[in-house]
Parts: sequence; structure tokens; C-alpha cells
Amino acid sequence: MSMKTTLKKGGSEKGNAQGKKKFLRKRWNRDDTELFMLSVPTLLWYLIFAYLPMFGIIIAFKVYKLAPGGHSFIYNLLHSEWAGFGNFKYFFVSNSFAMLLKNTILYNIAFIIISASVAVGGALLLSNMRNKGGSRVYQTMMFLPYFMSWVVVSYFVYALLTPERGYLNGIITALGGDPVMWYQESKYWPFILVFLNTWKGMGYGMVIYLASITGVDRTLYEAAVMDGATKLQQERYITLPSIKPVFVMMLILDCGKIFNSDFGLFYQTTGGIPQSLYTTVSTFDTYIYQALKSSSPIGQTAAASFFQAICSCATILLANWVVSKIDNENRII
Amino acid sequence: MRKRQKETDSSSTMNQIKPSTNVLINILFLILGLTCIFPLLFVFSISITGEEALRSNGYQIIPQEFSAAAYQFLWNERGMILNAAFMSVFITVFGTIITVALTTSMGYVVSRSSFKLKKLYTWLIFIPMVFNGGMLSSYVVVNNILGLRNTIWALILPLACSSFSVTICRTFFRTTVPDSIVESAKIDGAGQFRIWAQIVLPISKPVMATIGMFAAFGYWNDWFQASLYIDDKKLQTLQSMLNNIRASIEYLANNPYGGLSMQQYKSSMPTESVRMAIAIIIIVPIACTYPFFQKYFISGLTVGSVKE
Repeated sequence: MSMKTTLKKGGSEKGNAQGKKKFLRKRWNRDDTELFMLSVPTLLWYLIFAYLPMFGIIIAFKVYKLAPGGHSFIYNLLHSEWAGFGNFKYFFVSNSFAMLLKNTILYNIAFIIISASVAVGGALLLSNMRNKGGSRVYQTMMFLPYFMSWVVVSYFVYALLTPERGYLNGIITALGGDPVMWYQESKYWPFILVFLNTWKGMGYGMVIYLASITGVDRTLYEAAVMDGATKLQQERYITLPSIKPVFVMMLILDCGKIFNSDFGLFYQTTGGIPQSLYTTVSTFDTYIYQALKSSSPIGQTAAASFFQAICSCATILLANWVVSKIDNENRII
Repeated sequence: MRKRQKETDSSSTMNQIKPSTNVLINILFLILGLTCIFPLLFVFSISITGEEALRSNGYQIIPQEFSAAAYQFLWNERGMILNAAFMSVFITVFGTIITVALTTSMGYVVSRSSFKLKKLYTWLIFIPMVFNGGMLSSYVVVNNILGLRNTIWALILPLACSSFSVTICRTFFRTTVPDSIVESAKIDGAGQFRIWAQIVLPISKPVMATIGMFAAFGYWNDWFQASLYIDDKKLQTLQSMLNNIRASIEYLANNPYGGLSMQQYKSSMPTESVRMAIAIIIIVPIACTYPFFQKYFISGLTVGSVKE
């Protein structure tokens, strides 16, 4: 990045001006003050909402107790006893930990593989469609779920699945089957969740890849046609390699989120995670949210939350490192 | 991008898929597209079905018995609905303005190559993309340290900025606002604030639209912040109202003897068609606007994926 900046500077200013600039660079001038002032509101936002929470790590190492006398949160926190790794230990040996880890990672792997295939496949098909107007209409239709909140989607799901009046049970009974108690049968939910996740993200994914396919130099295809390449060969040897950078970047970003989950998907569409689905659909996020809403000790919740944050950070760096080893061009950091 | 698409249309007419394949692809996408809008139509048709028909036939795609009772009910209860709608609109508009101001100012500052703190700021923006304190820490900051519980700030500030959108802005400003414009404005005696407000922003409408749209849909669709920080019924947005209705139904379903008789339970809960009608009220503004703003989303997503 710094190289790019230097290049740009070299291009826009010449000789004398550049020398002058270099001299000015050493000192803080009025311009810098003004730019700094302009950035102060956002800077404060970053410090409070992005950096201050990082110190929340302390909570995970404390046994938070309210000191008598109604002091502030920070006062209480600083005067609470240290717990060492006690909170973490509690979280790791609890029954939930293995289940949460397994659920979060397996769901994410399924989501990444299926969403990426659907998005790339869909974009390839859309880009080959002869009626461009139709293609645009389909894109718009498929983009709609992306703009729905999970609360609204949970009402859709409810309309389809609710046992007495739901649409699916209506069909099942009409065909002579027994109604299914959807919200109590855990075996269906992995499929339902994967379906919903794909359904909601499909339009978004296709549009991203379609945009990068549209950006591919058309002359490549013309040359390929001259050489007698079939449509399939063109996709294989021109389109797919061209969208690889975007694909790799999306993959790294997705891998970085492998310890996170779309809270709304797991919590809202299941109807607030009933007991019968608890072990099937709980992830780190839903666990932390439920702990936060209940009265469990804040230190233990913080340990779970902090563990998740550290793992996310490690995976994104790891994914980036792996990509940089295989193909240095495509790394993002 | 549109220009390029036109070129594509004309130059590659030779190299196209077979008409039969095209029909197959069309059918496939028609099905996918319909799956995406079907739930919306379904929920709408439930909302205009009479309660009696819902009870006897269950949910049907084509209503057996039309009834505007749900919307009539909402109209009679308009005090609550309008208050929630007002909160939603207010938070969306006000929040979007704050987001655009915070994001574009920071984006502009880091896009200036001469700025002394540029390197520091680049790191400052980058680090939160990789590491954050986790859900609990953010909760503690908003709830315990800043004490924003039950204020509208709790719904706005945590979502007010993001490194992703700052990066989009920076990339945009770096490529579209040449140093020469800024230099000449400086010679005319304009300060950086004036340059940002009167020169940079007016020529940056596309990126403002992108950031603004992301923010507006984010605020309008937010129920999560509300579920964490808002208990006050007066501050309820449409989304959190819908969420609370669902949550209280679950509560009652799980605690059938939770202090309420069945009669009270039935009368306190909105009927099914009413719930679906509230969902429709939330969706309609989005469904009517997003096709027009879709291109800004796409441009934002593609700019965002341009590597440094």
C-alpha cells in the first residue's frame, strides 16, 4: 500500500514540488491539524466502540463482585478478585463447550461450501443468460431475502412450519402423512438452517461474482472462440481463473468468521431455541446471548466471548497465511 | 459497468449458449426467484385472511375468506404502531446521517496521502476488522460504562461506523478525488473541513448512497441492539415490537400457567393475521425501495472487494 502511495505522488508532482513536499512532510502543519480535527468524531467512535471493548478481556480474568456503596462498573471490576484462568476452565470443562465448538464450526463449513458453490454456479449461469433483462429481474427477486431481518424471516418460517396451521403440515396431512412437530424435532434443523442461510445469501453472493465476471476482458473470450474453445472450456479456463481473487478473498473472510455465527439465523428462526433443539442449534453466539440475558456470572460469559474473539482473530490470520503461502498475489493483509 | 455490459451484448452474440439451454436456465432461476418472494406473498395472504378461516383451514396461499380485520385492528391500535413506526423511521434517518458523516470524514482523512497520521489511522481502522472484544464486552461498554440503556443512542451509536465502510470510502476518495482539486481549494483559502463538506461530498454521491443504503437497511432491520438494550415500550421500533410479540408468545407457550388464564392469554396476544400484518408493514418499505437502490449495494460490494 505504501508503495502505491509513493508511486502516485511521484506521478502527480514533479521535481521542485516534490522536493518542497518532502521538506514539508517532516513537520506537522495546519493541514494535518485540520484533517485531524475532521477525524476526531470518528476517532472517538473507534476508541469507545472498537477499542474500549478490547479491554473487556479483563472481565474474563476476574470474579466480578458488586462492591458495597454503589460504585461504577469499572470501580467494581477493578476491585474484584482475580480469577486466573478459572473462568476459562469453567467454560472449557462445561458440557456445552464441545457441543458449541462442534456446532459452530460444522454449520459454518456447510454454509461456506454450499453458499460459495451456489453463488459461483449461479453467477456463471446468469452471466451466460441470453435475455439480459430476465437476468436482471431474477437477480432482483433473489436479492430480496438479503434485505429481510431474521425476525421477519422467522415469521415466514413460522407460517410454513407451525404444527397446527403451518403450510408444510397442511401439505403433509393432505398427502396422508402425519403432521411433524417441526420445532421439537432436532433432526430436521441442520437442513432447515443450511437451507435458510443459502436462501438468504444467494442473491448477494451471485451478484458479487456476477459483477466480477462482467469485469472480465471480453477479448479473451473472442480469442478463445477463434481457437475453437467450447462454452464449457471458456468457463473453465477464462471465467473461473478470473474470479479467483474475489473467490479467495471471500473465502478468507468467511474462514475468519468460522467461530462466529449469524445470531439471528440460529436464535430467531428456531423460535428462540426451544429446549428440544438446544444441542442441535446452539452456537457460541446464542450461548453468550442467553448467558447475558440470564443471571450467570459475567466473568464466565466474558471468558466464552473472549475465547470466540481470539479464535476468530487466529483463524483470519491463519487463513491469510495459508493463502499467502499458496498464492501470494491473493492474500488480503 | 453498464457500458461494458452493452459491449458484451453486441460483441458476443456469436458466442452464446443454445436457446434450449437458455430456457432451462430461465426456468431454474424463475424457480429460485419465486422461492425468494414466495414467503412474502404467503405472509401477506395470511394477513388478509379471516381469523375463522385460519382456524379451520390453517394457512393457505389463496385466502379462503378475505378480511381486512387485521389491518383494521392495527388501525384501531395505531397509537402503538405509529409510535414504533416513528421510532424506526427516526432511528433510520438520524442514524444514517450520523453514519455517513462519520464514515466519509474518516474515509476522506485516510485517503489523503499527505496526512502525517495516515499510517497510524490505517492500522487503527484495520485492527477492528480482525479482532474485536466480543459480544459481551460491547454490551458492557454500552450498558454499564456509557449507561446508554433505554436511550436511542444505544440503537444508533454501536452501529454508527464500521471499518468495512470506511475502507470503501477511502478507496473511492483515493481514486475519484484528485489531489489537484484539494490543492486548488487550499490555495483559495478553504480549510479541510470546508473542502470535505463543500467539494468532496458533492462529488461523492455514489459512495454516499452506498454507505447510506447499507446503514439505512441496517438500522431499519435492527432488532438485536433493541433486544439487548431497550426495555422501554416507548422506544420500541417496529422490528423490536415484532420480536417482542414473538418472544412473549414463546414465553406463554413454555409457561402455560405463567399467571395468565387461557382467556387472558388469547385476548392479550394479537391474532395470527395481525402479527403477519405487522411483518408486512416492515417489509413493504424495503420491498418497494430496494430494487432502486440495488445498484448502489452492488457497487459498494464490488468496491469493497477491490484490494488495496
